[in-house]
Amino acid sequence: MTSPLQQKLKITGPTVITANRLTDGVVVWLKADGGWSAGLADAAVVNTSDDALKLLGVANADENRAVGAYPARVEIAADGTPRPVNLRERIRVGGPTIALPGAA
Amino acid sequence: MYVYDEFDRTFLQERVDEFRDQVRRRLSGELNEEEFKPLRLMNGVYLQLHAYMLRIAIPYGTLSSDQLRALAHVARRYDRGYGHFTTRQNIQFNWIKLEELPDAMADLARAGMHGLQTSGNCIRNTTTDQWAAATPEEIEDPRLYAEIIRQWSTLHPEFTYLPRKFKIAITAAKHDRAAIRVHDIGLRLHRRDGETGFEVIVGGGLGRTPFIGKTIREFLPRHDLLSYLEAVLRTYNANGRRDNIYKARIKIQVHEIGTEEFTRRVEEEWAQIKDGALALDDAAIDAIRAHFKEPDFATLVDDPPELEAAKADPAFARWHANAVAPHRKPGHAIVTLSLKPVGGPPGDATAEQMDAVADLADQYAYGEIRVAHEQNLTLPHVAQKDLPALWRALDVQGLATPNIGLISDIIACPGLDYCSLANARSIPLAQDLTKRFADNDRIADIGRVHLNISGCINACGHHHVGHIGILGVEKQDQEFYQITLGGKANHKARLGELLGPAVPESDVVDVVERILDAYVELRTDPKETFIAAVQRLGIEPFKERAYAAR
Repeated sequence: MTSPLQQKLKITGPTVITANRLTDGVVVWLKADGGWSAGLADAAVVNTSDDALKLLGVANADENRAVGAYPARVEIAADGTPRPVNLRERIRVGGPTIALPGAA
Repeated sequence: MYVYDEFDRTFLQERVDEFRDQVRRRLSGELNEEEFKPLRLMNGVYLQLHAYMLRIAIPYGTLSSDQLRALAHVARRYDRGYGHFTTRQNIQFNWIKLEELPDAMADLARAGMHGLQTSGNCIRNTTTDQWAAATPEEIEDPRLYAEIIRQWSTLHPEFTYLPRKFKIAITAAKHDRAAIRVHDIGLRLHRRDGETGFEVIVGGGLGRTPFIGKTIREFLPRHDLLSYLEAVLRTYNANGRRDNIYKARIKIQVHEIGTEEFTRRVEEEWAQIKDGALALDDAAIDAIRAHFKEPDFATLVDDPPELEAAKADPAFARWHANAVAPHRKPGHAIVTLSLKPVGGPPGDATAEQMDAVADLADQYAYGEIRVAHEQNLTLPHVAQKDLPALWRALDVQGLATPNIGLISDIIACPGLDYCSLANARSIPLAQDLTKRFADNDRIADIGRVHLNISGCINACGHHHVGHIGILGVEKQDQEFYQITLGGKANHKARLGELLGPAVPESDVVDVVERILDAYVELRTDPKETFIAAVQRLGIEPFKERAYAAR
């Protein structure tokens, strides 16, 4: 079986690594220092497949803190921060697009 | 209703203790994710987009008031104050923390509840008619047999690792409210020559390859239920595909080898085991029956003066005509509580609503609540004289929308707002549709229409069998929706027919409205329902109107 580190990964632009925190499932992004943040703004952004693969390897080796890691494409806003580019990732960043029942 | 005995209680506590240890070992790193995932799934714990989701079984859709209060407690203490009732009569909590799950499960176990058989490739929670033991239509309480199946299937060593999940549904009424023909096994209780038995329907299912189930036995004596189910499961398990998840359900096996050959294999297997340990005798059935305590029904008469007087209020009269059904006991009624308020997420209930329904069940309904696969709640036994007071109390809680069975009584999966499998959102679309069809006079005039929405091909929203089915698809990061017409989930189940190209999210509500406007114009008279008109006319007239403005 091919290990995740040997897998090919093709990316087409700025990319971050995202996962869910083990203890509570909260969406997290991998930072450049190898830690995890609940804010996309803190995420390490890579632009090549080799760098994304390396970062994914770091994430997968840390599954006792975050699970289900995968690369997600982002765009870089004028202020230099990453923004999600598809609806699924926008929902993961911002939460459900509906008012939650019982919410004021 | 069914009352757990000491064996059940001990089993649940042991299971909670086991899961607590599994979570501890995962959090400490002793178990890795690959090892832990199947263990959490066996307890109904999924990882969704934003958090863990806990799915709790509500066997055959029956809850006591204390159990509903326990669900309200879990919603309040461990989640965000609400839960989502599903199309399989379960409830899901969307924001549970893994580290708190063992405590939540311990609290549920004290109320006789758990997440077993709500996930994984096992025999799932058996579902049935939410009107069981209340409707005058039925032969016998189907929950009795659902409970027998539960006891047989829970931790069944041979069927814990099936090729794929396996769902069973039972009805005992002519009108099928349990969608039995789109389950892996559907059981219809009926009588022949004075004997009670089952029509056995196999290989139904929705998802990416939908099929209506095929009858493999017209009449199975009730004493043979478990041995026959074992023969079906054994045939499936031995021959089912494990190499391709999309071809692993029993429906594919039945389709590929043919109903006749599948039946032959089942009958061959059954001949060897039918008189063995699984044969049910009357004593065994009666022992289970004894656990279902029937309410001590008051002696009442139909149409009491309090009820007739209340009908002078048009709002009450409308609700009564829509949400109240006949009961087998004189002076009683079955009441459906709409979890589909205008602009609300279908099937969601807050902790406050759950507590209120529990109190109302104690006050007016012998402490019993049911969950319907249409994602509504039911009070199965209400005295007719209490209906006006009950309606007023439900209205305060937002649970008296008079839309049961109408266009705004939408079945919808959680969709992309929560689900990691979804391609598109379901809830906002449902909310927009209920806002468009908020006028009670208008929806009453349109009449019975079942509109079902799924956010992906897995079809948790049963879109294939909606009179109007809506399936979310994603095209270049945009949400589009395919529309089908003519599906039905009842005893004459059929799959809907694709209307045409998928439409963008912004057009869906308009398209649905044009389809319904066409129906109102084309129906022979107001008694011809939408589904009858579609069957008479075919989809073409609706297709023309649906796409006319594009």
